[in-house]
Amino acid sequence: MIPALVVFAYLGVVLYIGIFAFRTTRQASAEDYFLAGRSLGPAVFLLSLFGTNMTAFSILGASGHAFANGIVTFGLMASSSALVIPVCLFAIGTRLWALGKRNKFMTPVQMFRDRWECRHIGTVIFVVQAVLLVPYIIIAVMGGGTVLQAITNGAVPYWLGGAIVSSVVMAYVFLGGMRGTAWVNALQTTLFLLFGTIAVFVIGAGMGGFAEAMEALLASPETAPLLTRERVSPLYFFSYTFIPLSSIAFPHICIFCLTARNVTYFRKTIVLYPICMLLIWLPSVFLGVLANQGSAVPAIQTKLEARAQLAAPGAPLTPDDRARLRAQAAGDDVILRLVEGYAPTWLAALLGAAVMAAVMASDSQILALSTMFTEDVFAFYQGTARFGAAMQVLTGRVFVIVVTAVAYVIALRIPQSIFDVATQYAFAGYAALVPLLVAALFWKSSTRWGALASTLWTAAAVAAVAAVQTSIPPPPPGSAVVVWAPGGTPIVTRAATGTFVLGLLPVVPMTLISAVLMIVVSLATKRFARPHASTLARYFP
Amino acid sequence: MQKAAAGAVVLLYLLHQDYWFWREARPLVFGFLPIGLFYHAAFTVVSAGVLWLLVALAWPSHLEEEPRGPASGRRG
Repeated sequence: MIPALVVFAYLGVVLYIGIFAFRTTRQASAEDYFLAGRSLGPAVFLLSLFGTNMTAFSILGASGHAFANGIVTFGLMASSSALVIPVCLFAIGTRLWALGKRNKFMTPVQMFRDRWECRHIGTVIFVVQAVLLVPYIIIAVMGGGTVLQAITNGAVPYWLGGAIVSSVVMAYVFLGGMRGTAWVNALQTTLFLLFGTIAVFVIGAGMGGFAEAMEALLASPETAPLLTRERVSPLYFFSYTFIPLSSIAFPHICIFCLTARNVTYFRKTIVLYPICMLLIWLPSVFLGVLANQGSAVPAIQTKLEARAQLAAPGAPLTPDDRARLRAQAAGDDVILRLVEGYAPTWLAALLGAAVMAAVMASDSQILALSTMFTEDVFAFYQGTARFGAAMQVLTGRVFVIVVTAVAYVIALRIPQSIFDVATQYAFAGYAALVPLLVAALFWKSSTRWGALASTLWTAAAVAAVAAVQTSIPPPPPGSAVVVWAPGGTPIVTRAATGTFVLGLLPVVPMTLISAVLMIVVSLATKRFARPHASTLARYFP
Repeated sequence: MQKAAAGAVVLLYLLHQDYWFWREARPLVFGFLPIGLFYHAAFTVVSAGVLWLLVALAWPSHLEEEPRGPASGRRG
């Protein structure tokens, strides 16, 4: 129970940070609450921006994916993100900062509305952005439920763990605003960097050494492929490089770009971001792969046996059998099981708190949702003018509670892993919205109608992926169900790991078609929808 | 210099698709890191170096200057 007590103590610490931040900003303005007064210093900026990206996805999702798929996980997400995300911060984030500082934007929709001189199209963009943030909140609920259930050996059931984490996060976000979330994110990044590194070496020693464990994995025909990428097509691997594009389009990241005191803070963040990715993802992936040698831990042995049954050729399994075995084989808690099995109690407790810290990184997304609703909807449609600032804050919180409740209900039912929920919905959708940002900041001829076409396409495409994945159960590993084959050519297929379009992740055609729509519709409408010269002069001096 | 830095970024992106270590686990670098994992860990470190170059050679310093002309109301 000691690890559980430490985790609950950590939850108390973050609540206190939220209260402390609340006392610091009690008499402050909306800009101070939502953007920390644009005053975050360089160290907090780096640690909190990285921390907000280091969610349940990076710890539990990465290790769970690596447990099932091997070393490929690092190349799929970590190394591509280590390059693509900082380049986006360099090219797009710095321009966002400059525009935000000058025009006092608090949300990306405010910038879009100003840039394209639109009103309700901005509201459509808000709706799609808000809906796409829901998967991010879902993985936090899933992560919280997974951690508390694992650490308490089931004493806190999954549904209660998810509810506790959601409630704690909402509480310190509502109290502390951006300042509170920035401090908490900086704390969680430091915690995980420190204890994650220690845990890797302690677990390795407990398993008899890294070299011995790797040789044992290589010696077995079932596990040897995990140490290569032979089960993954190069096309699939390439298509994952589109996923990190989503980062710059996430509203909470855009809002972060508006919060730096000085644009020079981006310098250190851009250069050090890959190092932070390495320090978090390499241990997570390595431990996930290593867990395949963790059969001495009963919970991991159960997973390995379920996976073997699923993969057995010709096994007579009903859809219910497959669903049950997939749930048993799920790897989202594998890092916690490893820690429990091989680490001393004190380390298991601290690492449990560190993992919980990472899981709770949905705080920035929740704050962003609140900011977006209050500014892009309530204030924009004169709610503040009519009902006052206190009502503005209240409606923002009610909106967040409603959205989180929806995310919670979905999280209790969704069968997919944290990794898959994040990449197939949130990341893919936001990657497809990147053409909006690029067009707004770099292309004079873009129009609001091009933005609308791109946004509606993104919404439809994500909905289509969700429809395919919920209506067609995943087939056995190594096989695929053809979903759409015009003229006999398979275009859309459903595999065990997800949906594919011509062998690529859906994010690739989604993003490319979004860009084409932005270009084509903008060119078709530029004669009557071109912004005023004065507006263009502010964006393209 | 800016083009060189941008070119380095593009080259690095292309090098991410490492066909040459696709089906190999050996050598185990340091005795335990499969070569495919080591390559991408090294890629990540090299990315930091390339990004340092990008920041050093192509930093948009004009963004730090105060722009001329009026700002807009943000609720345009």
